Amino acid sequence: MGILQVQNVNKSFGGLKALNNVNLDITEGTVHAVIGPNGAGKSTLLNVCVGRLVPDTGAVLFNGRPLTGRSPHEINQMGVARVFQTPEIFADLSLLENVVIPTLAVRDGSFTVNAWGRVDNQAEIRDRAEAILESVGLAEKRHHHSGNLSRGDKRRLELAMCLVQEPKLVLLDEPTAGMSRADTNATIDLLARMQEEHGVTKIIIEHDMHVVFSLADRVTVMAQGTPIVEGTPNEIKGDPRVQEAYLGGAHL
Amino acid sequence: MTTPLATARSDLILFGAFTLAVLTMPIWLVPLGAGYPDLMQKFAIYGLFAIGFNILFGLTGYLSFGHAAFLGVGSYTAVWSFKLLGMNPVPALLLAILLSGLFAWVIGFVSLRRTGIYFSILTLAFAQMCYNLAYSVLTPITNGETGLRVLNSDPRALDHLTGQGVVDGPLVSNIFGLEMNGLPGFYFCAVWLLIGMYVSIRIFRSPFGLMLRAIKTNQTRLNYTGISTRPYALTAFVISGMYAGLAGALLCVTDPLAGAERMQWTASGEVVLMTILGGAGTLLGPVIGAGLIKYSENIFSAFHEQTLHDIFGFLPDGVEGVVVSVAGLFVGEGWHLTLGLLFMVIVIFLPGGLTSGVRQLVQMARRSSGGSGRSGGDAGTAPQAAE
Repeated sequence: MGILQVQNVNKSFGGLKALNNVNLDITEGTVHAVIGPNGAGKSTLLNVCVGRLVPDTGAVLFNGRPLTGRSPHEINQMGVARVFQTPEIFADLSLLENVVIPTLAVRDGSFTVNAWGRVDNQAEIRDRAEAILESVGLAEKRHHHSGNLSRGDKRRLELAMCLVQEPKLVLLDEPTAGMSRADTNATIDLLARMQEEHGVTKIIIEHDMHVVFSLADRVTVMAQGTPIVEGTPNEIKGDPRVQEAYLGGAHL
Repeated sequence: MTTPLATARSDLILFGAFTLAVLTMPIWLVPLGAGYPDLMQKFAIYGLFAIGFNILFGLTGYLSFGHAAFLGVGSYTAVWSFKLLGMNPVPALLLAILLSGLFAWVIGFVSLRRTGIYFSILTLAFAQMCYNLAYSVLTPITNGETGLRVLNSDPRALDHLTGQGVVDGPLVSNIFGLEMNGLPGFYFCAVWLLIGMYVSIRIFRSPFGLMLRAIKTNQTRLNYTGISTRPYALTAFVISGMYAGLAGALLCVTDPLAGAERMQWTASGEVVLMTILGGAGTLLGPVIGAGLIKYSENIFSAFHEQTLHDIFGFLPDGVEGVVVSVAGLFVGEGWHLTLGLLFMVIVIFLPGGLTSGVRQLVQMARRSSGGSGRSGGDAGTAPQAAE
């Protein structure tokens, strides 16, 4: 049994069926990519997993416990972290503070009023935060305003914010969307290194085949709200149904 | 561009300097024409009000337009405490903090279901509701338009118990005989201002304060980071409501009369102006803003036609008449016009408020004085001190 199981999930927006009886089983420790053309329901699937959307029918189980109906902060506290398509960071705060917040969230839970102690006196929190910034290569910028970072660096920071929580599962929504080739490659390298060092289960939603084939252990192809093929990247490459879905029947 | 770190030491220096400045106000305000107790009490009380408001607005970004309601609740509670328990200010203040906190919890619980403009409108609606209730159905508690005051015939249980029940002349709040008006009244308020400031510094630097600042910058990310944002915002709302209640009670300690106009939306708007004028989200800004507004209110509303004639007396007769009649619009009753202009100038040219203006000046001065200013930790702590 996998770490994350999506069971018979359906989701409609008005008359549009975004997810049509989706079943998915993610094995622990793997990088699982979900690909598909625009409108295939990839992002909807992700939003169902993190509690942003409630499915019409079906369930999402994380380590056997249902995620459906829980709020985003509860799901995160269970060990699921999310990386957004456009990096969501605390742009008014310093890089260090950006990483300290998730570290505190792990230690203190979803709500604790600690209004008397100083943040800079919490040595163990600070050490962890600085170590993770070091490992993504942002240590020397730790006192900078994070809003001034480049997009690639914002993505690094967001990854650091997720990894510092030592999650069991990370969901990445198009981690290289809108990036230059160089930034894309840097992000791939970072994710590959993270996989070696931390070995966290990851679900990556991606358009860019280059990213998928560089990182994924398994790939699910979605079209019109349904998974059509699942397999290793090499199996997917040659599958005619994938080309059908992407190119509407035209052959390369 | 880096954000300098605030250390425990730099905060202590900041608080020390602030304490010194507050306690010596009766000295350095004299040349400014503001060295008399009534006005200084106002500085301290409204400073406290603004510090509390800033914990909500400056840190979480939730703009409440109804904080005057808590000021009013604090005032009424204090006067009722005077009436029932006696003229000692301490129980009055504690009860006021408690009750305004309770009020804030109820109003915050409902209002915080929405964000942005809808939150502001909800708080405004609540405050106006309180204001109208105080004038109408709650008249038995608030004494309506006349305002609530302490009478010689009131129970004042503690006073009678300690043999201070019978007083000649007006009833004034006092601690064991020391009357809370004039300079002692100011120092009493100043102590509370210092306590309020210290608590505010602790909150700003704490993990709790960091979460509040995170709410302001990206609530979505905070939710996906495992933080339940609403209880944090509600706690900040209650704390700032308590500050407002304390300020309202202090207003009654220095002058034991509570009226409903204290709850009107203009009073809520005033604290917003104070905070933005001084610099929202900074430690000192709100106090400076409160002082500036109360000071200019005092100066400009005291002007009348004769003083204007004296000032512009050097001009030729015809011109003087015109200048005086135009300037007359901006003083006396019309001083709000001056306030409006001042506010516009600040918001347009210094969106970060006065403290950010000072910081920019310091940086400019440092840049023009050459490379020497760029070295050392001192350069780092100066802007932080302004924060």
